[in-house]
Amino acid sequence: MAHLLQTSFLPSSPCLRANPDRSSSSTSSPMVQISRRRSKTGGVVQAKIREIFMPALSSTMTEGKIVSWVKSEGEKLAKGESVVVVESDKADMDVETFYDGYLAAIMVEEGGVAAVGSAIALLAETEDEIEAARSKAAGSSSSASSSPAAASTAADPIPAEITAPPAASAPIAVTPVAKLASAVHPASDGGKRVVASPYAKKLAKELKVDLAAIAGSGPLGRIVAKDVEAAAAAPAPLAATTAAPPPAASPNVELGTVVPFTTMQGAVSRNMLESLSVPTFRVGYTITTDALDALYKKIKSKGVTMTALLAKATALALAKHPVVNSSCRDGNSFTYNSSINIAVAVAIDGGLITPVLQDADKSDIYSMSRKWKELVDKARAKQLQPHEYNTGTFTLSNLGMFGVDRFDAILPPGTGAIMAVGASQPTAVGTKDGRIGIKNQMQVNVTADHRVIYGADLAAFLQTLSKIIEDPKDLTF
Amino acid sequence: MQASLSLSVSNPAAIPRSSHGFESSIPFPSKPVNLRFCGLRREALGFSSASTYPLSTSRSSRSVARSNKVSASLGSANGSSSAPKSFDYDLIIIGAGVGGHGAALHAVEKGLKTAIVEGDVVGGTCVNRGCVPSKALLAVSGRMRELQNEHHLKALGLQVSAAGYDRQGVADHANNLAMKIRGNLTNSMKALGVDILTGFGAVLGPQKVKVGKDTVVTAKDIIIATGSVPFVPKGIEVDGKTVITSDHALKLEFVPDWIAIVGSGYIGLEFSDVYTALGSEVTFVEALDQLMPGFDPEIGKLAQRVLINPRKIDYHTGVFATKITPAKDGKPVTIELIDAKTKEPKETLEVDAALIATGRAPFTNGLGLENINVATQRGFIPVDERMRVIDSNGDLVPHLFCIGDANGKMMLAHAASAQGISVVEQLTGRDHVLNHLSIPAACFTHPEISMVGLTEPQAREKAELEGFEVAVAKTSFKANTKALAENEGEGLAKLIYRPDNGEILGVHIFGLHAADLIHEASNAIALGTRIQDLKLAVHAHPTLSEVLDELFKSAKVNAHVGRSPVAEPVAV
Repeated sequence: MAHLLQTSFLPSSPCLRANPDRSSSSTSSPMVQISRRRSKTGGVVQAKIREIFMPALSSTMTEGKIVSWVKSEGEKLAKGESVVVVESDKADMDVETFYDGYLAAIMVEEGGVAAVGSAIALLAETEDEIEAARSKAAGSSSSASSSPAAASTAADPIPAEITAPPAASAPIAVTPVAKLASAVHPASDGGKRVVASPYAKKLAKELKVDLAAIAGSGPLGRIVAKDVEAAAAAPAPLAATTAAPPPAASPNVELGTVVPFTTMQGAVSRNMLESLSVPTFRVGYTITTDALDALYKKIKSKGVTMTALLAKATALALAKHPVVNSSCRDGNSFTYNSSINIAVAVAIDGGLITPVLQDADKSDIYSMSRKWKELVDKARAKQLQPHEYNTGTFTLSNLGMFGVDRFDAILPPGTGAIMAVGASQPTAVGTKDGRIGIKNQMQVNVTADHRVIYGADLAAFLQTLSKIIEDPKDLTF
Repeated sequence: MQASLSLSVSNPAAIPRSSHGFESSIPFPSKPVNLRFCGLRREALGFSSASTYPLSTSRSSRSVARSNKVSASLGSANGSSSAPKSFDYDLIIIGAGVGGHGAALHAVEKGLKTAIVEGDVVGGTCVNRGCVPSKALLAVSGRMRELQNEHHLKALGLQVSAAGYDRQGVADHANNLAMKIRGNLTNSMKALGVDILTGFGAVLGPQKVKVGKDTVVTAKDIIIATGSVPFVPKGIEVDGKTVITSDHALKLEFVPDWIAIVGSGYIGLEFSDVYTALGSEVTFVEALDQLMPGFDPEIGKLAQRVLINPRKIDYHTGVFATKITPAKDGKPVTIELIDAKTKEPKETLEVDAALIATGRAPFTNGLGLENINVATQRGFIPVDERMRVIDSNGDLVPHLFCIGDANGKMMLAHAASAQGISVVEQLTGRDHVLNHLSIPAACFTHPEISMVGLTEPQAREKAELEGFEVAVAKTSFKANTKALAENEGEGLAKLIYRPDNGEILGVHIFGLHAADLIHEASNAIALGTRIQDLKLAVHAHPTLSEVLDELFKSAKVNAHVGRSPVAEPVAV
């Protein structure tokens, strides 16, 4: 009997995978009823382990985040006491218990997210049952989103708090398997120390970034908050449009399946959503590239790339229009960046990354071209250091090589502007003197944050840029 | 009807109750003494403002004259018992901190000819290196927090552009405040005719004090009030730059990016509030298993939720910092941690600065205690409940008292002052024992924490020993109109009491202006006011004090007077 009871609590056993909907109270498991009868008639200590569910704190709430556990495991709870603080889509709210008992096991740790109605902790009625509950929690902790056993408390008027799937357990038959929830400090990781500031650690946990995998830019190589933010954001920051080539090229995608995002893709997704909170606008310009093409042809043999030339031209134009190189970090101020770092989007397997050409206005075109090659190689090998991909102040995205003549880029959060560069192609152009000629022209389209960069700023910047490209002698000084 | 009846019953009862704890052996001749310690201190400060009058000289001469007369009469009264010799002073106080100051003012008030000995600066730790300058920094941090909390400001409909601060300006504010308060203290004592003797004081023998190198002064009674200094555990090298104590931190010479705070008591907590508001990240190192060990567990937990978890703070608990090396040669501050229980090395932290807030050690070296056969215990001077010094044979040393941090009973400025006043009361003919459970304490974080009396575990332990019942009532700031108007609904007030007779055992508050709210409870404990009486007291609406009003009303007292409990306990 005891054995039977015990196993029935493991959510892996299919018989208890009942409908989590609490309203279907009539479907309460027969197992439970047996246990109740037994406890009533047999005079055995009544054994009850209740589940604490993620409550629905608002009509629109589908999942909730555990802000903090007010009580810790093993602590006694009295009816009406707050047990846990839950962050819903609207607010943080204290959740109270409707029953006396002991908080036996916490199944969703602080910071964890659980679907409404799923079990987040177990409440034991007596101290003796704590161990039993813990072993139960240990068995089911992986299935946070599934809620076992229907409850018999449909009459409960409050649409939340704690419902009680009456469960029974004989305390004797249980091997205690306590769930170890000790927080292992990253710095103590088997001698291989990771030094990260308190806020960096907090952010890493929140953004699910592995501290061991990122390099620190703080004093003495310490990981600071911006490194973590960059690691979470950097694989991402770009125009969704640029992501196209690799998936199209790789036919090894199994059709009809759902493939979860990789960490990098998750970060892209977050960043793309975040970008929606920025009021952006776009200004386009058509630039004649005959002179630039000629220059490129001339110095190509010296290892100069078109990307480096474009980056250089952009940087020189930015030097004259510092506002276009600024950003709005807090919604209240301009952050004028001291250096001009041009980030260039590169599609890599399963995502994209933005290697950065630092101080692009100051370095010469040859060393910049060499640097670019090195960055691209490192990016492909996924060996870029954070400062090599997260320090961009202005981003370039070029789809010209695919023949795309114009497109529209999404502004990476934390920067002020991004320029989408289309292909340069022969175009019939009318001139002022009434003739028609053929010129190579490309279209560029800048997306900018209108809180700091206004239309006239972009227009003036683009005019300068076109002058530089149409008369590119300054690029090779 | 019922209420008015019970009021008339409780009113006459309040008078004997108010003198609870006083056993007047000799009734004081002049007037019926009706002392309130808090009130007295305020009175003393009132003198300090009066001291700016040009009248100060005549005032002081008058008070000296009065004191002579009284001392003469006292001398004749006691003449038979003590050796007939004349003293320079009736009372000498060694140490001009808040404790010594409180005692000196009260002694003058009582007509004693009083001198105060100070080897450093008037004001002691509290004024120069403690409560006072830290309040200045906390005032800044509180405002920074408000201005940085965009969410909060937005909810109030405010728009503020990015807040910034000037470190030197903040440091100056703290320093200026300390200077001002120090000036006030000095003036108030001078104005009243307290002689300020400069130099280190030491006890030469009974009723004899050496000041500085070779001045010897005699006094009928001596109070030691030498206070404390920051305690620095072994293995920690304090350089005053990157490894610092509160003494250095209050000067705010730099704001590190990352500072480790060793000790999570109220000093550590307050500094974490200051540093995080100014942009630092903080790592707590706490030897005990949980943060904020001195607080009521429930309050501590809530405080952790509000003051630690959402801020740029992490922590290591259950660890000792065995070795802390200051930053030099481009290397950071290193902190070696071992497990508090197993003593196994745990890890090494590398930070920009470390603040040692592991408590305070009594400052009793060089006091000449060997001359009177007194042995300190861990540096503290042993005293009885009347602050009389106990020598190494367990006997009382006549005419010698010790108050404040130096006796270690309750290391708080206002406790020292209250102890000093209590001693002066005894010296001037009225026996008095100070009830330390009525002394409130506060931690000035944002929001503040305050407490008086026992914590819940302490109360439950006491109840078990003495066989009475304990009940707990709680109210939340979330239900308080004023708190919600300020958009500061986070907070909890907790009352621990005896349901059988309505006695308050402890009150703990976490929330907006908690430090100012606690006094209703501490005064009630000091005066022996019962909850059933407090329930009838009226609080202005809408004020934060209604949090306590509700708290008292929600307590269920089975009092015989027949009042029915007003409200159900509020679950929070």
